[in-house]
This record gives sequence, C-alpha cells and structure tokens, in this order.
Amino acid sequence: MSTKTEHQAHPGPEPLDVHDPRLSRFDIVREGARRDDIEIVHYEEQVVPGSKAERRLTRTVASFFLLTGLAATAFLAIYIWWPWEYEPGTGGDKYYTPLLGLTLGVALLGIGFGILTWGKKLLPKEVSIQDRHENDPNAPESRKITGETMLYLADELGVKRRPLLGISLLAGLAPVGAVAAAPLVGGLISNPHKNNQMFTTGFAPADGHKVRLVREDGRPIRPADISAGGQLTVFPGIEHGVSNKHADSPTLLIHLRESDAQVSREANQRVGHGNYMWGNYAAFSKICTHAGCPASLYEQQTNRLLCPCHQSQFLITDNARPVFGPASRRLPQLPIEVDDEGFFVARSDYTETVGPDFWERP
Amino acid sequence: MKRRKLDMASVPGKAAVGVDERFQVSTPLRKLLNKVFPDHWSFLLGEIALFSFVVLLLTGVFLTFFYEPAMTEVVYNGSYAPLRGTPMSAAYASSLDLSFDVRGGLIMRQMHHWAALLFMAAIVVHMLRVFFTGAFRKPRETNWIIGSLLFWVGFLAGFTGYSLPDDGLSGTGLRIASGIMLSIPVIGSWVTSSIFGGEFPGDIIISRFFIAHVLLIPGLLVALISAHLGLVFKQKHTQWPGPGRTNENVVGERMFPRYALKQGGFFMVVFGVIALMGGLFQINPIWYFGPYEAWVVSAASQPDWYVMFLDGSTRLMPAWEINIPIGDGYVIPPLFWPTVVLPGILVGLSTLYPFVEARRLKDYRSHNLLQRPRDVPERTAIGAMAVAFYIVLTLSGGNDVIADKFQISLNAMTWAGRIGLLVVPPLAYYVTYRICLGLQQHDREVLAHGVETGIIRRLPDGRFEEVHQPLAAGGHDGHGELEYVGWVVPKKMNRLGALGPAIRGFFYPIEKPAEAPVSPGHPPVESRPERKEIGSGSSPR
Repeated sequence: MSTKTEHQAHPGPEPLDVHDPRLSRFDIVREGARRDDIEIVHYEEQVVPGSKAERRLTRTVASFFLLTGLAATAFLAIYIWWPWEYEPGTGGDKYYTPLLGLTLGVALLGIGFGILTWGKKLLPKEVSIQDRHENDPNAPESRKITGETMLYLADELGVKRRPLLGISLLAGLAPVGAVAAAPLVGGLISNPHKNNQMFTTGFAPADGHKVRLVREDGRPIRPADISAGGQLTVFPGIEHGVSNKHADSPTLLIHLRESDAQVSREANQRVGHGNYMWGNYAAFSKICTHAGCPASLYEQQTNRLLCPCHQSQFLITDNARPVFGPASRRLPQLPIEVDDEGFFVARSDYTETVGPDFWERP
Repeated sequence: MKRRKLDMASVPGKAAVGVDERFQVSTPLRKLLNKVFPDHWSFLLGEIALFSFVVLLLTGVFLTFFYEPAMTEVVYNGSYAPLRGTPMSAAYASSLDLSFDVRGGLIMRQMHHWAALLFMAAIVVHMLRVFFTGAFRKPRETNWIIGSLLFWVGFLAGFTGYSLPDDGLSGTGLRIASGIMLSIPVIGSWVTSSIFGGEFPGDIIISRFFIAHVLLIPGLLVALISAHLGLVFKQKHTQWPGPGRTNENVVGERMFPRYALKQGGFFMVVFGVIALMGGLFQINPIWYFGPYEAWVVSAASQPDWYVMFLDGSTRLMPAWEINIPIGDGYVIPPLFWPTVVLPGILVGLSTLYPFVEARRLKDYRSHNLLQRPRDVPERTAIGAMAVAFYIVLTLSGGNDVIADKFQISLNAMTWAGRIGLLVVPPLAYYVTYRICLGLQQHDREVLAHGVETGIIRRLPDGRFEEVHQPLAAGGHDGHGELEYVGWVVPKKMNRLGALGPAIRGFFYPIEKPAEAPVSPGHPPVESRPERKEIGSGSSPR
C-alpha cells in the first residue's frame, strides 16, 4: 500500500458521487473536506504499516500507558496506606504530599506523552488548505437585506410615527433598571462615619475612664517593664482591645534613650504636642499612614520605624515624620501618662486620624 | 448466530442515521471534524491557560467541600501542634484542616495555587505572543480586548482566592487592599465601608470574597473564555506566512484526529506538570504565617507574582500628597496613583492599542497572516518597552528581598527602581528597535548573497574569501534575487539539507529515511491544483 497520497486523480470541481462503490473511504473523506472548501493537499503516512518502526512506536506508546497504570496504582496505594496524619518532627507523613504529587504527575504525564506520541508519530501527517471566506462577494447584498429587515422592524413598531411610545417606554424602563440595582447597592452600602468610627480608636476614654495600655496577653504595663531603647506593642485595655475588632488601635510604646527623648520632646513642642510623652516614653500608632500595614520594624540606632510592606520610614524623634518611601503623613502620637496605680494609660484618644489616608480626612 | 452478528455491526450506523434524522447534525459535525488549524508551538501558549483553568475548576470544587468561609473566632485544635490553642478565624482553621487533617487536602490546595500562577503566567505569555506577532489586528481586536479583560478578571480571581485562608500574609494583603480603596477620592471611604461591611476588617469580607471567588468571578471567566474560544473558532486562527499560505486561507491540519489528539495529550501534560508542582514544591505554607492579626507583619511580605508589579509601583511612588484646601480640607493620598490610576491607564492602553496602531498606520484591512517581530520594529520596541516597565515594577515589588539577599541598601533599591522605571523602558525601546533592524538586514543579506558555508577559499592573487551558498539559482554573478516573504530565512547549511538526515532509533538505528525534509517540521506544500502559481505568502499584510 502506498504511504503517500499526493492528490492523484483529481476529479474536477463537480461533486463526487459518494455512493460510487469504487471510492475508497479516504476518497469520501476528501470529498467531504472539499465540500467544506478544504483541500487535503498532502497526506503522508509517517510509518510503514507492519514495519519495525511502527512496532517500535507502538511499544513506546504502550509503555507510556502502562507507566500511567503503574503510577496511578501507586498513587492509590500511597493514598490509602501511607501514614498521612501530621506528626511533629520528621515522620513519614512529610513524604505523603510529595509522593502523591510524584505518582499523580507521572500518571498524567504518561497519558499525555502516550497520546502525544500516538498523535504525532503514528498518525499520518497532512497539510490541508481551508478558505477563510472573509471576502464573500454576496456579503454586501446580505448586509443590505439584513439591515433593511431590521429597519423594517423599527418601521413596523412605528416608534418614529408615535414618539410617545418610545419616550414612555424609556421613562418606564429607567426606574425598573434602578429597581434592579437598588437592592444590591442599598444592601451593601454602609456609612463609613457611623459612630465616628474612622476617627476613633479603642483608646477613646469611655465614661470618663482613661484606657490602659495593655500587652498582647492583656496585662497592663509599668514604665519599668521596658528598658531604655526598647519598645513594645500595646493595645487598648478594653474588651476585644487585643483583636482585629480594633484593627486601628495597635500602638508602639517606645522607651527612648535620654538624648533621643530630649530631641523628641522638642519636636513635640514644635507641633503643640508638648505633653504627649510621659518621661522618656512615647507612643505612636503602629498602623502605617500609607496602606495600613503595621509599621513594625524599629531600628534602635537611628530611631526609625520601617513599614515592611512598602518601606515607608518614620523618624520617631521627629514626631514620626515620614523620611523615606511612599507614606506622606506622620504616624499619629498617642498622649500617655501613668495612673495612680503606676500603669500606663492614654490621656485621650489619638488626636490625629489613624490608618491609611482618605479623601475626607481633615 | 451469523444473522445476529451482522445486526450488531450495523447498529452504530443505524443509530447514527436515527440521530441525524432527528437533529440534522451530519453537516455541522462534518464541518467541525474538518476544521483546519494551523500549527506552531507559539499557538499553544493560550491552551496552557485554558488547561490550567480546567485544573483550577477541578481542584477548586474539592477545596469548597472543606473550606469554611467565616470569620467567626474559633480556637484551633487540629493536628498542627504549634498553633494548637490559638484563637483564629474559622476560615483560617478550616484552611489549616485542609492542609493537615484532610487526606490529600494539601496537594489539592497546592495544585490549585500552582495552577492559578500558571494560569496567569500563560495568559501573559500568550498575550505577548499575540502582541509581538500582530495577531491582535483586524479582525481580531475584540478577542484582544477579551483577552486583556481575562488578565484582569484572573487577577481578581487570584487576589480573592489567596485572601480566603485569612492567614497573616493574606490579611496583610486585604489590609492594603482596603487602604487602596480608601485612597479613591470622594467615594473611597464609602466604597471601603460598603465592601467590608464597616471598618476594616469587619466580619463579612471573607464570605463576600468567597462567593465572588467561587461563583461570580469563575462565571465571568467561563463566559469570557467561551467568547474568546468562540471567536477564535469563528474567525479561524492566524497563521505564519509560508509556502501556499495567504491571507485568504488556513494551511494546517484538520482538527480530527491528529490535532485533537495532540491537544488532549498536551492537556494531560499540563495537568501532570501541575500535579508534580503541587506535590513537590511547597507554596503558600499558611501554617507558618499564623492567623491574621492587625499588628503583626514580617519582612518579605510579597503577594503572588502577578500582583507584584502593583506592589512595586506602590513602593516606588514618591510621597506626593495632594491637599485641597476647601472647608476642613480634602486629601488625595499618594497611594491612589500607583494602585488605582496606573492599572486604569494600563487597561486603557492595552485595550486601545489595536485601534491606535491601525489609525497610526492607516491600516484598516483584515490580517490573517502573522508578522515576525523583527519586521515591525516599532511595535516590537513598544512591546519591549512595556515588558521592561513591567519587569522594573515587579522587581521593585520584591526590592526588600533583593536588598537583603545582595546586601544592598533598601533606599538605594527604591531609588534604583524610581530611576529605572523612567530610564530602562526607553532604553529597551531603542535597543530592541536596533536589534530588529539588524535582524532584518541580515535576512536580506542572506537572501541576496546566500548562506555562509564556512569554507574559505584562497584566490590566485592571495586574497581569502568565504564561499556562500546562494539560495536561488541564476541571476547575475551567480547570485539569485530572492524576495523576503516574512518567514524564516535559512541561515545555516544544515537548514538547506547539507547535513545528512538523522538516523531513527534511540540506541540503535532502525531504518534510514529515504530523503531529507526540506525544512524541519514543515512538509513540502504544493498549491491547490486549480491555482496556477504558488503564493509567496507575502500577500497584503
């Protein structure tokens, strides 16, 4: 049998009689393609049937599929019997996911390469040419007909002659559209200034009581708890104060060294925050004024606070002024003092808006 | 018995006739079976995205069986000892359970995440292919726009997806997203409050993101992908110029069986690679990050790669705050420009590009033949400029890690990014333009003078010269005149068949092929019989 079928014996443009018993199946396929304006111009077996090469390729494809069977079976076996439950340390369970991935991956790749080899190497190669039919000579005519049909529809409706219909329909539909949108928008909408929430934090004194500064575990803080140059993340000592319910409240309490504290106090004086510090202690909002990440990397030597999200840097000794990066506003300072029992309290809430900037921030 | 056997053999045929009598499908089916697709490796990039999407759907459905989209506070009591007793959201706890207490849950989670990264990567690479070869030109502008939208919808899918575990890293991402929404002038605080149901973080955002991630966005993706594929099918695929290929035809293989088999195999390969990655390469180990707490963050907090360019633009933005002194005063924060305005501009530029180019070149014809990037130096250079812009931003998104690993000052990295963003893209434009011209020139040179053979000849007068193999016979002084047709010019003797054909067989030869192919991968093509001349392939472009 010939391995090449190079358009021999072309019948003319007239359609073939597909019931002709002399036609081979390929002839009918080619005729079908031709009726879709496809010309199979080159069709070539890649391997001679029954040849060594064909047997070899068949073996290759078969071994890919068998590899898949093996890997898939291994996957199932591992899935069922391998110890998978998490144990601390370096147990066999640490290999569970990698083994599943390996066996599943190999199984799928086996099918993939098997099919690819089958398709690419064993099936005949061909080159077919299909017309795109973009420049249909009848297109202008059929465009005209469709256009006229649509215009005729408009004529029949008679909106032009009876404009009131169109106007009233629009006037009726617009509110219906709004009705469709209203529940969604109305249900979602939420006033950002409810309870003045954007301008208050957990440190706002409640019923005249000043709010204590507490640690993450809820214990209040004495000045002696922080050594000079040290810092501590503190929270409002209220219910849910140490939680995401008060995501704007986390504050950094810093015990400045004597010389830095002096510089810091002078800077405070300049902006009218003369009494915000207590001794050498200062407290600044930990929520970056740029995008709201916690600015939590404090560099003791330079008194700079770095936000790891976008690298804004704030100079603590200069009212936490932004000195580098995209932040444009200083970190608000919390006025602090020590109460009768010797614990830190907030003298009042923050006097500047905490957190990322927004349009109506005064 | 024999009668029965005959009956059995005719059953499928009879059934087929029955189906066609009822639904009249044989002609449409034949047309589908017969559709011709051109073949080139670069046409498969979009398929990777499609196949990754299928994997995303499969693994995603599995994840929804175990994930709990709630921010209710629970105390973790699962297998992972280091976090036992920690209060956390139900979402985070169920994500941990998925990783530790669901058999095979971790590999599904990791495959889902890797497939998402691959999906976005394939979209980007596919878009670059379409851009650099001019496949977006008329009549395919609509599909280019759909493709650009797919990137952004995929971006949203990714962001809502990796926010769901509610771990320390994703919570930080959400916090930044809320900051970005807040920065929008006039309506920022209302938008944020409405989306988060009050002040950040509120207690509803996870369930809203969940429904967006598993229903709304996938629905939109499926719709866009269907439209995308439908248009490819309707408009037929573009093809490279070459022998017999014109603007009015498609030269390739019929869809069935070979092309479809190759696609099926390729899908399995993509699936297999994702399975390997999901099993072998750890991704997003949420148990190390802990639950999200508004006061905790660590250095090297990076989003997924396709979001990093926005992180980079945010880092590079100078602290320019615009104050509007009316009443109490209003603010446009610096965050607004790199995170809202820049993406807006990028969407606009990318969607409008086909129309801008057509207008500039006054070219309103349909193009079904692709262009080699070198043949359109201006577009290629613009593309290189965009890529350079994107790369500078993406690198800047990880500039703290680079600064740390290479011991560079962090501030120097930021400044390098700021300057680089302005300097590198124009440089990329210039260099690319020159490279394109150089490649063009070399093509013409080979066409005019032939391929270098590597054989040096000494002339009687003592001069040396290299022997060139002309590509065409005849012409004056032995040089053929060949026209450039927009496709690869053979530049090595091997390409002309000077090297003996490879012998088949892996360890030992099994047979020698009779003849060498003219060009590897491209069987000889002859024109349709009713046409007299072979098209050069350089028909109207």
